[in-house]
Amino acid sequence: MELLLHQIFAGLATGGIYASVALALVMIYQATHLVNFAQGEMAMFATYLAWSLMQAGLPYWVAFFLTVAIAFVGGILIERVIIQPVENAPVLSVVIVFIGLLVIFNSLAGWIYTYTIKPFPSPFPSGSFLDNRLLSSHEMGSMAVTLGVLALVFAFFRYTPLGLAMRAAAQNPVSSRLVGVRVGWMLALGWGLASAIGAVAGIMVAPIVFLEPNMMGGILLYAFAGALLGGIDSPGGAVLGGFLVGVLENVVGVYLGTELKLTVALVIIVAVLVVRPSGLLGKVHVARV
Amino acid sequence: MTAPLLQVRDLHAQYGPTRVLHGIAFEVRQGGISTILGANGAGKTTTLRAVCGMVRTQGEILLGGERIDGKPTESIVRMGVAHVPDGRGTFMELTVEENLRLGAYTRRDREQVQADFERIYRYFPRLRERLRQQAGTLSGGEQQMLAVSRALMLRPRLLLLDEPSFGLAPLVVQELFEILGEINRAEGTSMLLVEQNASLALKLADHAWLLETGRVVISGSAESIRNDEVVRRSYLGY
Amino acid sequence: MSSMDTPPSVSAMPGRGAALPGRPALPAARRKVVGLALLGILACALPFVLGNYQVFQLTLALAYAIALLGLNMLTGYNGQISLGHGAFFAIGAYTAAILMEHAGLSYWAAIPVAGLVCLVAGFLFGLPALRLEGLYLALATFALGVAMPQILKHKALEHWTGGSMGVVIIKPDPPSWIPLSQDQWLYFFTLAWTVLLFWAGWNLLRGRVGRALVAIRDQPIAAQAMGVNTALYKSLTFGVSSLYTGVAGALSAIAVQFASPDSFSIFLSLSLLVGLVVGGLASISGALYGALFIQFVPNIADQISKAAPWAIYGVFLIGFMYLMPSGVAGLVRLVRHRLANR
Repeated sequence: MELLLHQIFAGLATGGIYASVALALVMIYQATHLVNFAQGEMAMFATYLAWSLMQAGLPYWVAFFLTVAIAFVGGILIERVIIQPVENAPVLSVVIVFIGLLVIFNSLAGWIYTYTIKPFPSPFPSGSFLDNRLLSSHEMGSMAVTLGVLALVFAFFRYTPLGLAMRAAAQNPVSSRLVGVRVGWMLALGWGLASAIGAVAGIMVAPIVFLEPNMMGGILLYAFAGALLGGIDSPGGAVLGGFLVGVLENVVGVYLGTELKLTVALVIIVAVLVVRPSGLLGKVHVARV
Repeated sequence: MTAPLLQVRDLHAQYGPTRVLHGIAFEVRQGGISTILGANGAGKTTTLRAVCGMVRTQGEILLGGERIDGKPTESIVRMGVAHVPDGRGTFMELTVEENLRLGAYTRRDREQVQADFERIYRYFPRLRERLRQQAGTLSGGEQQMLAVSRALMLRPRLLLLDEPSFGLAPLVVQELFEILGEINRAEGTSMLLVEQNASLALKLADHAWLLETGRVVISGSAESIRNDEVVRRSYLGY
Repeated sequence: MSSMDTPPSVSAMPGRGAALPGRPALPAARRKVVGLALLGILACALPFVLGNYQVFQLTLALAYAIALLGLNMLTGYNGQISLGHGAFFAIGAYTAAILMEHAGLSYWAAIPVAGLVCLVAGFLFGLPALRLEGLYLALATFALGVAMPQILKHKALEHWTGGSMGVVIIKPDPPSWIPLSQDQWLYFFTLAWTVLLFWAGWNLLRGRVGRALVAIRDQPIAAQAMGVNTALYKSLTFGVSSLYTGVAGALSAIAVQFASPDSFSIFLSLSLLVGLVVGGLASISGALYGALFIQFVPNIADQISKAAPWAIYGVFLIGFMYLMPSGVAGLVRLVRHRLANR
């Protein structure tokens, strides 16, 4: 029983990571109706950047915020330079561009940093949190950080004019232009934010899974599953889905063994897509002929 | 006589390879209301889109003497042109308040924006009741009022209206047009109105242009066209 | 602004011309026959002038060509995006390997059985996939591609799949009365399958079936209204596409002499995608160009950048989408048109 409880809490901790990446995916999906297949690799690359900064002597939190800022700018640049030209291309073309980005980031990371697994420091003290037996300090801390980031993002979208403009641009670009919103730049901002969120997720998960170029592959898959489960066009749903998947992954792992974890993600994805493609909180879309 | 606020000369417009407007010309006087009439497919909506920079154009469009043809929509909006598009263009998933706030997106004067909310409520009291409702749940008439209000939140020099009567019950349309007249008188907002409902439009406007397959066939003061039975019967159907 | 410029657009996938029948006049057809004959002669002559290792590489390239034709049927002609076709390649490979090593089946029989297994597997995957459009299907197949190695390594299947170690295949010998080396024999064996499958595919795609596939890709609702059984076609296309890819996987495994989980990672699926894009969507010849690309270019990529060949691939992918969306096949077609119109 205690093992189960521990797995649930651990699942919530990793669920926070999945929720963050899922949110990043949904943000881009809402604005462009496209899923950024390269989200995981971008986050991984940002995490390597953080590692480099720390190797260069910068204290943890300085490296953290600097990396997030760089990821933000990087996301904007990628959208403006690489994605924008193929904005109106058919789905397959854009998917291919995303895959191109995915492999470029993955390969570059392997080339610059080698495929050797590296340990990644955690800002939280090691050992369990306040001596409880359910969560380590890092798990608790990373949950707090990811929840904090998610809360900030929600507040941004709900309460600031810029956030409102970004939501508007995602939902109705034509009308947004008519009120003076520069839709192109809203898209770029969305990418920047998604990229920054991904960086936070990567930095938080690296101490657990260790830093290596393929570390985000499985996580991306779980984030997909979470985003789909919660509703690919609902940010709240994505977050909920992320946590659910985190818990599911760990609980299933107890009963079915850890080697099939990715298969669990696959099953969730297919099941959601077949049974209820709009997810738990998403809207059911009717396509008018 | 002061120069017209909006001057359009020899305007051509096209969607891809298909040309829709073939050198039309019209204007909107400062504080006046001009209307563009015509049947479906005449090019009325394209005309408004051209003014807003939403289609490819050749020819001259001048706002307050300044060339705006070729400029991106977002810039034209910032020069004080607010467009109420056909189909209303409501942000369905946002609340009424958010829709209105977006109308004022480009403005920097906070307190005035707040005052403008009050002004809007005076014209369209129903919006205040529905402030926190999702815009998509409003009735057609309410959405039209919301669309006009959103445009007004810009404090525009020029208000473009694309078939505001479309799909609305006659009484609602009457109310709407009365309010438009009131706004024009009280605020001095110039308007360019595109309408299929010619009789309504001619009552509101002071000048009219009739489009047929992308060309102006008749133009004149609204009164003269209203009183011209031949024109009314042959072109306007009443 | 750009959305106003284009009339309501149908997904403008390139390279549709290759699928549709009605190519004009005899001269072009005769040129095609001559071209194919020359290609055939070249294909038969090569194994006698090249060394064993290059023959082996060509054999793999042929297998990739079959796989790419399969993928092209599904994604290029029918518009169903698959980012996980490596999974079917794996199923084909493992089926052949298991049948040969555990059931003692000869390699002659193993290939068609592997194909049939994949036909069924693909059809079954295609059924739920019916409800998934473009992006969602890409997601689901991506998940399949990522999860496949894990499934292959799982303990429950270990008895057959050999877990992480995989299954070793003994290289078949040519019949005693044919004076060829093993590699040359395998090459011709694979070539025969390639010719057969390409011929079958060409027949399928240039007739009613091909037209139906393209119609479903471009205007699914209209296609349905015209009486095309969209659901059946789409699932069958998935099945047939998997059959092709499975046969390719089986042929490839025999040539390489083993099947192991890590050779079927998501990067295999992505390789196939690269081949598809570079070769040209909705193009039969594109499968050949793409196969040559993914078999031989990694060597070149390695020379450009020792440690980041996939980064080069990625640049190729993005570059092709910008500059040559119809792939090499599209470029060839363009050049031929220009030359013909001189």
